[in-house]
Amino acid sequence: MDLDKCIACGACSDKCPKRIPNEYNEGLDKRKAAYVRYAQAVPLKYGIDAENCIYFQKGKCKACQKFCPTGAVNYEQQEEVRDIKVGSVIISAGFKPFDPTPYVQYSYANFPNVVTALEFERILAASGPWMGHLVRPSDEAEPKKIAWIQCVGSREVNTCDHPYCSAVCCMYAIKEAVIAKEHSHTDLDAAIFFMDMRTFGKDFERYYEGAQEDGVRFIRSRIHSISELEDRSLQIEYATEDGQARVETFDMVVLSQGLETAPETIELCQKLDINLSPGKFISTSCFEPVTTSRQGIYVCGALAGPKDIPLSVMEASAAACAAAGKLSSARGSLAQEQEFPEERPVAGDIPRVGVFVCSCGINIAGVVDVEAVAEYARTLPYVTFVGNNLFTCSQDTQDKMTEVIAEEGLNRVVVAACTPRTHEPLFQETLVNAGLNKYLFEMANIRNQDSWVHSGDPAAATEKAKDLIRMAVAKAALLAPLQEVQLEVTPGALIIGGGVSGMNAALNLAAQGYTSHLVERDNALGGNARSLRVTAQNQPIAPYLDELRERIEAEPLITVHLNTVIKEGEGFVGNFKTTLAGDSGEEVVEHGVTLICTGAGEYKPAEYLYGQDPRVMTHLEIDQAVLGGELDLSEVNKAVFIQCVGSRDPEHPYCSKVCCTHSVESALAIKEANPEAQVVILYRDIRTFGERELLYKEARSKGVLFVRYDLEHKPEVKATDDGLMVTVRDHVLDRDLLIEADLVGLATAIVSHKSNELAQMFKIPMDSDGWFLEAHQKLRPVDFATDGVFMAGLAHYPKPLEEAVAQAQAAVARAVTVLSSKEMMLPGTVAFIDQRKCVGCGVCWTVCPYQAITQDDKGLAVVNEALCKGCGTCVASCRSGAPNLRGFTNQGVMAQIMAL
Amino acid sequence: MAKAKQVTGAVMVVGGGIAGMQSALDLANSGYYVYLVEKSPAIGGVMSQLDKTFPTNDCAM
Repeated sequence: MDLDKCIACGACSDKCPKRIPNEYNEGLDKRKAAYVRYAQAVPLKYGIDAENCIYFQKGKCKACQKFCPTGAVNYEQQEEVRDIKVGSVIISAGFKPFDPTPYVQYSYANFPNVVTALEFERILAASGPWMGHLVRPSDEAEPKKIAWIQCVGSREVNTCDHPYCSAVCCMYAIKEAVIAKEHSHTDLDAAIFFMDMRTFGKDFERYYEGAQEDGVRFIRSRIHSISELEDRSLQIEYATEDGQARVETFDMVVLSQGLETAPETIELCQKLDINLSPGKFISTSCFEPVTTSRQGIYVCGALAGPKDIPLSVMEASAAACAAAGKLSSARGSLAQEQEFPEERPVAGDIPRVGVFVCSCGINIAGVVDVEAVAEYARTLPYVTFVGNNLFTCSQDTQDKMTEVIAEEGLNRVVVAACTPRTHEPLFQETLVNAGLNKYLFEMANIRNQDSWVHSGDPAAATEKAKDLIRMAVAKAALLAPLQEVQLEVTPGALIIGGGVSGMNAALNLAAQGYTSHLVERDNALGGNARSLRVTAQNQPIAPYLDELRERIEAEPLITVHLNTVIKEGEGFVGNFKTTLAGDSGEEVVEHGVTLICTGAGEYKPAEYLYGQDPRVMTHLEIDQAVLGGELDLSEVNKAVFIQCVGSRDPEHPYCSKVCCTHSVESALAIKEANPEAQVVILYRDIRTFGERELLYKEARSKGVLFVRYDLEHKPEVKATDDGLMVTVRDHVLDRDLLIEADLVGLATAIVSHKSNELAQMFKIPMDSDGWFLEAHQKLRPVDFATDGVFMAGLAHYPKPLEEAVAQAQAAVARAVTVLSSKEMMLPGTVAFIDQRKCVGCGVCWTVCPYQAITQDDKGLAVVNEALCKGCGTCVASCRSGAPNLRGFTNQGVMAQIMAL
Repeated sequence: MAKAKQVTGAVMVVGGGIAGMQSALDLANSGYYVYLVEKSPAIGGVMSQLDKTFPTNDCAM
């Protein structure tokens, strides 16, 4: 397929006679040999699957070529081999969902109503094989009972050699159960069969609790077998925790398949001489989480160990930071800035509006009579040109639009197509290419808001399209060119917090050539890591901290401020001004970006004799005592660790993520120092996610005992004459166990510093647990909604050291996107105040969510255009009508309403 | 002093799923040329197959 000619009209696919299983829908329906992977694919270009194409296989057909309106089909295309010179490489080849087909125990291959979790995602999806209707494959009837089986291809060595936990399946199973209940027309009975529920991420525990409240059943069990009944329902035989055999029947079973590395990816890594971990993921060090064993090659995402989307995105930015670190001298040498023609002045000209009506293939034209709509648009005031395009967004149409704008002397453009959310930037660029100010543009959404929702009533949809275009034209005629504010960027950073995150952030910024002020309120750098003994890979942390400190001292681009706090903060992206208060008085620093690396604290419990008996210690205290030589692990004979102390309870309704691994590490260290020692870990769910599961396995094989308790029967610790006595209710035996101990380790929660002042100074939100709230929990994990402010480390959520390092690198990558531009353009769609109407009542600066409005010396409102996000709240709230929003003026909005 | 080695201001990203796309965007937005290599005909990876995502229930697309 010639990508420049393909306009993604779909004619090739419509006419292609060959039907094959559609891999996008996991084979649940069919696609053609000429196809596009999915409707929103990027690039949106059709391709021919030569392995299945009748012409390629048998030499006859060519239907696609015959019907292609643009002559894009080219059977002569050959594979090309290109040599590319690059400075570094990032491998982000991802994972392959575990395929349960060959494994008899999962009964997947023979029973149609046993589906994988990814198949179930497609069943739930509106773009899936049944358009989002919840049905089971065998008879397309709606299931009333669905079971999810966890750990399919995870934590399983007997059949598939996957000793690791896949880290994402608990959460996606809960999500699928919750959404399936929403889709269900009956009261769907959803049951999740699990070993440990591992909801360790930000807000995960709340979601788990919410699902329980919504009636999702969680059954702690081991599955024995799945068999099929005559009506194709499925009977699950399982054993409960206390060893009882049970049987239950379900209409459908979803296998929560794990993650694995694809064989071809393993081959690629071997070819590149990159070391793999025991679980066949790319192996990295906790201190350099995105660096592979091969110099210049970096890794991110699930290929560096099973992980979820937010962590993959974080690592992706981290890998960008690491990959760029050594290339900064060549920054900008190959990337090109786009050049645009000079802007044509339109002030005082009579509006000449061009309307481009899009057919969107058949998306719009299949319902709306686009020709009638185009004909109607010609009759509207100021409209001097109307065009109709099959795909207005295709590259050739963009080129044509640029020509038409010049030829017809258009000075306003309306595109009647899809949504400005996705396509406005593209069309605005076309305007700029044609020498028009990009704000002389308006869209009418005749697809998402018309043809899609009124597909059953074409006549009404056509009339609605006319209404929408009439409104858009009315507004367009009043549009004025807007100037974007240009801001200089101060090329340096302020990093608040000198723990592992802050130190790594400073060093990575320096590697890219940027200065930073590293501010620490304590008298030394290092933060919580100073009290930590080893990483999850058993690497000692103290020497690593020494190395970081030495490198920082030797780095001229980093200024360290110890015993220093933030007194005042003002400014905005590119131009922050912050007052630091330290030993030597106050100092004002100017910086382009701010990195929040303020860390978190350790919860101090009021239970289990903590603070009353010196043999009861927290994790950090045990590590500190070992590091300081006050505690000799070889002298510990009987140790008990209690998990979830202050976590997953009403006061802190979240999982602290690191404590299970920490207890297992400590238990292993005791066993190493004294193999005869008795070590017991009292837990609620063991959450050794990812390849940490191997530590859990090792601990069990070395004789560490694991006893589960629940919140209703918490363990008790008593001091006796010869030591400590821990009492716990054992679920298997259903009776109290009395365990002697000479050391009780408390796996205490990580708690937020709740720095409200900092939150206010930098306009960053905090959630109800006190964690700073990122701009988007999945896709912008280190950004804030406030531009130019980023975060890393425990201030975001409890996390192990390697994630803090990755997040610091990610924050630097994001920060460099700001710092590397000498100046930035801010959108022209901002509010302005007509001070003749302003009475200084203060309503607008009270309601402004971005604190973009202040009082000037006359007491009147004034907008800081760099802070304004153009939300319009001030316009709506003012009683005098003084504020107005550029691009969305009151006059423009009124004209739209009057046109309706 | 050793002469600074000439480096190439371009990076290759192998795999166009959510991680590869984010790496590519961050690099391009900081002044590096990026070659994003994907074996399938569209970028997006497994995330494009997900229906809705936690916690916002946003469409993964």
